[in-house]
Amino acid sequence: MTKRIQLSVIDRRDFVLGAGAAAAATALLSASAGAVWAKEFSEIVKSAVGDGKPTEGKVSLELPEIAENGNTVPFAVSVESPMTEDDYVKSVHVFAEKNPNPEVVVFHFSPMSGKASAKSRMRLATTQDVVAVATMSSGALFIGKRTVKVTIGGCGG
Amino acid sequence: MATKPRVKVPKSAKVGDVIEIKTLISHKMETGNRKNKKTGKKIPRLIINSFVAKFNGKQVFQSKMHPSISANPYIAFFLKVPGAGEFEFIWTDDSGKSWSAKKKLAVN
Repeated sequence: MTKRIQLSVIDRRDFVLGAGAAAAATALLSASAGAVWAKEFSEIVKSAVGDGKPTEGKVSLELPEIAENGNTVPFAVSVESPMTEDDYVKSVHVFAEKNPNPEVVVFHFSPMSGKASAKSRMRLATTQDVVAVATMSSGALFIGKRTVKVTIGGCGG
Repeated sequence: MATKPRVKVPKSAKVGDVIEIKTLISHKMETGNRKNKKTGKKIPRLIINSFVAKFNGKQVFQSKMHPSISANPYIAFFLKVPGAGEFEFIWTDDSGKSWSAKKKLAVN
């Protein structure tokens, strides 16, 4: 199954960030197996999170394995951290690989958070990987992902 | 359109406790990807893009939303109680419209 991703609808901020959106607008994204994401998606992640290679681990995503309704999929993200003044999680970016707008949300924490965890609900267009990237106060990046099966997509069309 | 936001905060807590704060606001969260079926024109994007939580005037949590967040956005997060005080929550949408709510927290 191939799906044409409308990167041209990405919001202005991302555009200014130079995600190469214009060049990618006509790109076709093939549903490749495994954790190999389309180059465009990797670039979107990079432009949002910044340079640096995220290490796997520390980030956990709670999501249903099968989402019957893609319009509202509950999720929780949490990151292992002592959450002290010197060592805390600054932010967590959440992405949905195959959504028309892959960026979902950015949570900004502070040492006052006590624990780096937040919950919300997202739309998912189709079966795909959901990815969370945590930025620590030290600048280190950690990444976690979950695959969600979606029965009915929820991004309109 | 959006109505009064709902926020759930424990009435009281001990200093050092980590409490959960749950928030919900009703908003259509128009993604900008949908088309009007009659005219074929795109319905412009209108979402709540920012949520800020302050405790005694200091920002403790912030969330930047994109169109992939569901309608009627629900956000829950945590706070390590530094003492008694008041929360202030502010939601802002693409049109610049904003909603706010306040909640007191007592310490025992």
